[in-house]
Amino acid sequence: MPRAWTFGDDLDTDQIVPGRYAPFMVGQDKFHTYAFCDARPGFAKEVRPGDILVGGENFGCGSSREYAVAALAKLGVGGIVAKSFARIFFRNCINLGIPVIESADAIGLVRDGDEVTLDLTGGVLRTPQGDATLRPLAAFAREILDAGGVVAYLREHGDFPAAR
Amino acid sequence: MSGKTLAEKILSRVSDRDARAGDLVIVPISRVMVHDSVIDAVIAGLRALGRERVWDTSRVAVFVDHAAPAPTPVVADSHRVLREWVRAQGIATFYDAGEGVCHQIMVEEGYCEPGTVIVGSDSHSNSYGAVGAFGAGMGATDVAVALALGRTWLRVPESIKVTFTGRPRKGVTMKDAIMRVVREIGTDGARYACVEFHGAGALPQGDRITLAGMTTEMGAKAGIVVGTPEAPDWLYPDPGAAYANEIAIDLTTLEPQIAVPPRVDQVVDVSQAAGQPVDVVFLGSCTNGRLVDMHQAAAILRGRRIAPNVRLEVVPSSRRQMEDAMADGTLLALSAAGAVIGSSGCGPCLGRTGGVLAGEEICLSTANRNYRGRMGSADAAIYLGSPYIAAVAALTGMIDDPRPYLEATDEEFDALVARRRAERPERGTSSFRSGDRSRELVFAAPRGVALEVDD
Ligand code: SF4
Repeated sequence: MPRAWTFGDDLDTDQIVPGRYAPFMVGQDKFHTYAFCDARPGFAKEVRPGDILVGGENFGCGSSREYAVAALAKLGVGGIVAKSFARIFFRNCINLGIPVIESADAIGLVRDGDEVTLDLTGGVLRTPQGDATLRPLAAFAREILDAGGVVAYLREHGDFPAAR
Repeated sequence: MSGKTLAEKILSRVSDRDARAGDLVIVPISRVMVHDSVIDAVIAGLRALGRERVWDTSRVAVFVDHAAPAPTPVVADSHRVLREWVRAQGIATFYDAGEGVCHQIMVEEGYCEPGTVIVGSDSHSNSYGAVGAFGAGMGATDVAVALALGRTWLRVPESIKVTFTGRPRKGVTMKDAIMRVVREIGTDGARYACVEFHGAGALPQGDRITLAGMTTEMGAKAGIVVGTPEAPDWLYPDPGAAYANEIAIDLTTLEPQIAVPPRVDQVVDVSQAAGQPVDVVFLGSCTNGRLVDMHQAAAILRGRRIAPNVRLEVVPSSRRQMEDAMADGTLLALSAAGAVIGSSGCGPCLGRTGGVLAGEEICLSTANRNYRGRMGSADAAIYLGSPYIAAVAALTGMIDDPRPYLEATDEEFDALVARRRAERPERGTSSFRSGDRSRELVFAAPRGVALEVDD
């Protein structure tokens, strides 16, 4: 069963992967092992595929570094639920196929380490304390996520989903 | 229908439809900017897309600036891969290590066409709004897609109108002005939005880069200055455009500002941070590494010597800025004052090269970010301020209001510095410096070299 990892407001990408551990600095095969190494030591070892990150406002702010998201994708993070997301981080997650969903009440409901289920179709995050409501994703983003990311989408369709 | 904001005007024009805030548009791109720190992921992205070639080599600009010159063999290998890729693609617009920060070059060399959309692999690509371009920072995969298709998707942003009135007093800069705006709006107050600057079009280009670039620190998608000399006539927001928020800043009453670690929106008037000791001062970055910034620092440091136990790193933001500062004696003055001069580029701004911070060290930086770990150790602390404040910090070893120094006679100045240095708690270790030639060198500068500093 996936576990929840909780974070506060304004979690910046320097905390997800500090610049000094960029793939650029430590190599492509290692950078993800430094995920949250300052902010949440032990995360990279303990996180299990499918685990859900739950945060507050402005999740993923700061640098545009996509490797912060790539590190989470590599570790198998199954989704991120937060009150709101920083813009570039949001795009990067959609592009790399990690569901990013806004929810006003998830962070208040869930406790760190809870077993949770992310039900995108039902639009809820199930937690031991009850269901948190998820804000529906735009169709454009959903289509890209369903394909497994923008690269897979473009390979299949040759162009973006229609803008609506 | 109401009038359009600048963002709506630009995105309507390029998407060839009536684009309004909230609409999703697919737009052509006038240029893609790529830099060294993400090049591997961008190349991998292009490969994964099955598109080996960029869509138009004349519309791609590539820079080696983020960790340059290469600090480690891994980075050096990555730079080599980048150079080979640039050659294989036939991209002519290529700036190698030492040429400067991508954003500075993009603007000063005229690669930013006003009224168009530019995608950059860097979060501060908002800087291109300094000349009226819609510059948006994106991640490596988005950049790869932009390179493959020459198009990107955007949600048309709401806009926040920031209006400046008056002129700042001596010792107060547009860096203080933008930090005042960040203080007002917060790190996410402009999330997904475009910050539209009014009353700033006539400012020097460098000040406009400082403004537009730091909209990133408010979460903005773009930051655009209205009414710049580069902008065509149509590039003006309509009267009656709808704004999500409006802020007015009176520059005449603006105090010098300080961002207190670890948040860029934790901004106070300098008086509230005065007395804070520092170990390292960094003057540089795309926010404040231009000739005028070095002039402002030199106005305080010329003919003097930085405090014992303090290190000063000066990194010009481009070769042009560096050479201008060499030619007029400014870099000589800063070196003679004890500065380490780095080659143009990002330098220590992002903690990868050129003097990273140790644990417990306290830095006063003229850059734009003070997150934990940004400039090296996660246990270092970074205060942000203007070049004037940086110079005073280098001289006294602490944060202080620069204005009394700028107004003081030489005697008063020396007394002020002596008092501040005596007040500073013991930190760090002093090192021997190879002779103090600060006065000698500066006053022996060749005739015709400007010793007077315009602030
Ligand atoms: S100088 Fe600093 S903020 Fe500017 S592009 Fe370089 S790393 Fe980014």
